[in-house]
Amino acid sequence: MPLPKDVETTTPKYLRDKYAIVGVGETSYTRGSGRSTRALATWAVKNAILDAGLTPADIDAVLSYQSGDSTFAPFVAGDLGIRLNFFMDVFGGGSSTEALTGMAIGLIEAGMCKTVAIFRAMNGFSQVRIGGTGARSAPPITGDMLHSRAYGWQSAGQMFAPTFMRHMFDYGTRPEQVAAVKAIHSEHASNNPKAYYKKRYTVEDVLRSRIITKPLHLLDCCVETDNGTAIIVTSAERARDCRQPLVLIRGVVGRCTKPRADMHYEAGPISTVAGAYAREILWPNAGVGPADVDLTGAYDAFTFTAMLQLEDYGFCKKGEGGEYVSDGTIRLGGRRPNNTSGGHLCEGYTHGMNMVIENVRQLRAEADDSCPVGEDGRRRHTFDYREGGCRQVRSAEVSANLGWATPATGSAMVLRRL
Amino acid sequence: MAISAEYLGMPLAIDDLDVENLEYFRFCALHDFHLQACAGCGLLRYPPTTACPWCANLESRWQRVEGKGAVHSYTEVHHAIQPAFRGKTPYLILLVELDAQKGKPTPEEGLRVVGNLVTPAGVLAPAEEIRRVGIGTRLRMVFTDVGPGLALPQWTIDEGAKEPENPWRYPQE
Repeated sequence: MPLPKDVETTTPKYLRDKYAIVGVGETSYTRGSGRSTRALATWAVKNAILDAGLTPADIDAVLSYQSGDSTFAPFVAGDLGIRLNFFMDVFGGGSSTEALTGMAIGLIEAGMCKTVAIFRAMNGFSQVRIGGTGARSAPPITGDMLHSRAYGWQSAGQMFAPTFMRHMFDYGTRPEQVAAVKAIHSEHASNNPKAYYKKRYTVEDVLRSRIITKPLHLLDCCVETDNGTAIIVTSAERARDCRQPLVLIRGVVGRCTKPRADMHYEAGPISTVAGAYAREILWPNAGVGPADVDLTGAYDAFTFTAMLQLEDYGFCKKGEGGEYVSDGTIRLGGRRPNNTSGGHLCEGYTHGMNMVIENVRQLRAEADDSCPVGEDGRRRHTFDYREGGCRQVRSAEVSANLGWATPATGSAMVLRRL
Repeated sequence: MAISAEYLGMPLAIDDLDVENLEYFRFCALHDFHLQACAGCGLLRYPPTTACPWCANLESRWQRVEGKGAVHSYTEVHHAIQPAFRGKTPYLILLVELDAQKGKPTPEEGLRVVGNLVTPAGVLAPAEEIRRVGIGTRLRMVFTDVGPGLALPQWTIDEGAKEPENPWRYPQE
């Protein structure tokens, strides 16, 4: 099912660099926030507005995504005194951040609003467990769900595992290669004071942790946390008046799917994920390719999801993802670090927003590590990546976020600093 | 007519407007596996859908399909999420590629039917049987009866088939 040759989807070429992410904000990453999702969202959106050097009156649209587990945009807007020219709350988890960023561009381009706040707020540990345990684990199984849940096939790890296993079968990918994703992200997280897990893990730690569902060990799976996260999107023209160095949106692909999104295991090599389709939109629209990218934010709900996406977006040859994630390339100091905040595996689980926030900070050269802050308020990065040290990528100019919903659905976004 | 039943303590239900699933499971309850065949192009599809994924024809008829195939991929669950499966670990979730319509209409397509590894009687298989199954293992369909009009298609080792010498299993046992 090839894409038509003339596809012009979320960001036609003339929109390159015309929009910017001007503000990023989050709450703390905890297990036990002690707050409602409404309070978490409000806190995160306020932080993003302050980060941009804006006031609530400058925001006229709010988008959010959720899975029946969070507050809605009008409540958050109301709390902050934002009058809305547009709002929409969509049903979605991973891959929504990039998709909604593309939609925000479309909304502004259509003249419907000017400056858009996008948030995701969840008590992913203390209320609706993202791993599917607790209240969500035993609802009545109806209709189409009989083909999955009646077989004990329900959680994200269980649903994705046949893709992971088949990749091992098709390409000889080894558990220790994929475990390197967790080990490397944990090194990154150890230099991120706000990460929920700051401890460094080794490949052996991952392989020795108990099996959840093959091929996933406990430490191949991300951490469930409570948090709110937010970004602010506006035109590059308006962005010049904002407080931060400019981070421009180069290209977006949103919620691109494999054939048979209803039951993707019926079609295509099942060891190939949506990125193999999405990349045909992302790179032409962004006008850059994988070789131009300095750092990536490949969605790490599991170690495997980061590996599969890096491979299918073309950062290495098909089948060589195991080698790519374990040869040092994705480590801080390597050729193209991935998830320098520690990502979902270590910083906290946000359905993708924290990886976009991190890349924006990286492109501003303002990674919030423990390096000293100068009198001008700018961080003096040491580029010493030892535990507790720096996590700023040297000369970061172009980043790529690779968002994952399922093996069959993904979004991606290329950002660059001016 | 709507169906509701209980399996391993889990409430299962199909409402009366979900005619595709009602029909699919009605055949399963007769232990007679059927899939929808497109009235236009004739291709079979799984699971039940409301149109043909290849030609968008809204009409279909139910056609008997032989429940035999080989494991295309799988996972072995050691930490159950649903309370119904806690006490049942380890269990296998299998994607079995049917011999019927294998590699059609394109070489990467096939009818990959979900199920657990069960005994010939339809009960979740014990650990020693799970260890015999990997990618490539030949399986045959059996059914787990749930209630009137409802049985779940499942998979059991096809003892009569020529099995691969070393079906691929996750390397870290």
